[in-house]
Amino acid sequence: MSAPSGGGASRDGYGAALLEMVGDDRVVVLEADLGKSTKSCMFRAEKPSHTVSLGIAEQNMMLVAAGMSTSGYIPFASTFAIFSERGFEQVRNGIARPNIVVHLCGSHGGIHTGTDGSSAQSIEDLAIYRTLPNMTVMHPCDDISAKALTLALRHHERPSYMRTARNKVSRAYTEESAAQLRIGKGHIHRTGDDVAIIACGVLLNEALDAAESLSQQGIEATVVDMHTIKPLDTELIVDLAKRCGAIVTAEDHSIIGGLGGAVAECIVSEYPVPVERIGVQDRFGESGGSDELLEMLHMKANDISKAAQRAISRR
Amino acid sequence: MAERGMGLDIAELEMMAKRCRRNIVRMVYGIGAGHPGGSLSAIDMLTGLYGHRLRVDTNDSTWGNRDRFIMSKGHASPGVYSILHERGFLTESDLWTYRKLGGSCQGHVDMKWCPGVDFSAGSLGMGLSFGIGCALAATLDDSDRTAWVMLGDGELQEGQIWEGVMAAVHHEIGNLNVIVDRNGIQNDDFCESQMRMFDVAEKFAAFGWAVMEIDGHDMQQVVNAIDWADQVIDGPACIVMHTIKGKGVSYMENNPKFHGAAPNEEQFNLAMEELS
Repeated sequence: MSAPSGGGASRDGYGAALLEMVGDDRVVVLEADLGKSTKSCMFRAEKPSHTVSLGIAEQNMMLVAAGMSTSGYIPFASTFAIFSERGFEQVRNGIARPNIVVHLCGSHGGIHTGTDGSSAQSIEDLAIYRTLPNMTVMHPCDDISAKALTLALRHHERPSYMRTARNKVSRAYTEESAAQLRIGKGHIHRTGDDVAIIACGVLLNEALDAAESLSQQGIEATVVDMHTIKPLDTELIVDLAKRCGAIVTAEDHSIIGGLGGAVAECIVSEYPVPVERIGVQDRFGESGGSDELLEMLHMKANDISKAAQRAISRR
Repeated sequence: MAERGMGLDIAELEMMAKRCRRNIVRMVYGIGAGHPGGSLSAIDMLTGLYGHRLRVDTNDSTWGNRDRFIMSKGHASPGVYSILHERGFLTESDLWTYRKLGGSCQGHVDMKWCPGVDFSAGSLGMGLSFGIGCALAATLDDSDRTAWVMLGDGELQEGQIWEGVMAAVHHEIGNLNVIVDRNGIQNDDFCESQMRMFDVAEKFAAFGWAVMEIDGHDMQQVVNAIDWADQVIDGPACIVMHTIKGKGVSYMENNPKFHGAAPNEEQFNLAMEELS
């Protein structure tokens, strides 16, 4: 099964979802001078009364959102993934600790962000937010799934962090398939019994391409979009470990602490099988094209295929 | 529909503040830890706010249209707990759970543990931003509820405070009032030695706030300042109250040692005598 044609950036899906929520007066949108980039500008254009500009001041934005939430509103606050990290302790103490429902979106995450260079390429956001009790952490792969998951957040009764990406990628979802998405449940895109590739974000496409090439070599892979890193769909992961006996994770994030770390923790505790992690190997990125960077950092489909073969050989 | 304050006159407010001071010292002595100095400097204003102004419902601490009080300097929790007891949110026995396992009176004020507390504090610099969120929400609701935020003077060293100071003016938040407890002492020593603050009132005024300076231990001035802040409706108001850290207990007054330390038995007995 190949990915449906066309392309979309997950940040566009976030903006489209906000726009779809303009009819709900409880929804408020908070910006830190990056509305045009995160796509919260789409909501602002329709409903400025419920959009709060807070300037280049992320720490303040986190707690303003918390205050609005405790007064009955559903805040969606966004900035770049990397700048959200400046307010990490505010998220920790001001949002997650009192379990205040604020939905934080960090766009332009990962090295896929490209030419802006390493200062803009957050490769640790999923890891750090995952450590916080009460937090839900997500990283959808395309615009259609990002829209569906953002819409689902309106009824989600916990604080969340969602990373979106800057660049368009091939769509892995249609409106119909995205309608099946549930926060906390991995979505199976392809089924095979030899190896399981668990991916998120822009690497889902690479994972699907890897599965095609493995199939040509007689290796059948299951490919899962693990759009929710926390709470992790451990039931599915254990099932995949039992069925396939070898797992590869793929993410545009450090191999430390993100999807790969979360899956490895689950596997070690529940059902040990070989796990190979594709991601950024404990280094920072640099300026370059998205594909150039994926290639240089060994995060392309062929790298995932090789990792699958390594995992199978270790079985 | 709850009423504003408790309908107390100045003499009654002063008596209430004295009872609070006794309970502050008792709480800190009882557990052998905590922050008496900043509680004692803040307590006259806390008494003024709860006794004279805040519209809250002791039968329903989560009543949506209550005024919000955000204690950003959350370590001064004994001060907050003592006034919440006077206001009827906490029983006297609740006070003795201060810093104890499972107690409603956590080390730093926490909305998830204590009825009547609107903000989970403990990490300095965050309360003003939270108050801005509460005030913006009140405006969206077309409600007359007001957000009151108390900041420490040492706390003003946190950068987030100035992010909030700018935002409150930019958004012309008239239903937000801030009180700065200018007691001149922070954890390690006098503020002057840690990070000079210069003229705090001038700083807020320079950002566009309406500012009033008072003696934070003169109850009439406290009440007048609260009424003044209520009248400022075209933007945020800031009351800079000059206070004495440890006010009311001779050996704690203006003594950096009692920012975060409990008295020993002899000192406790002396404090009770002085506050009788």
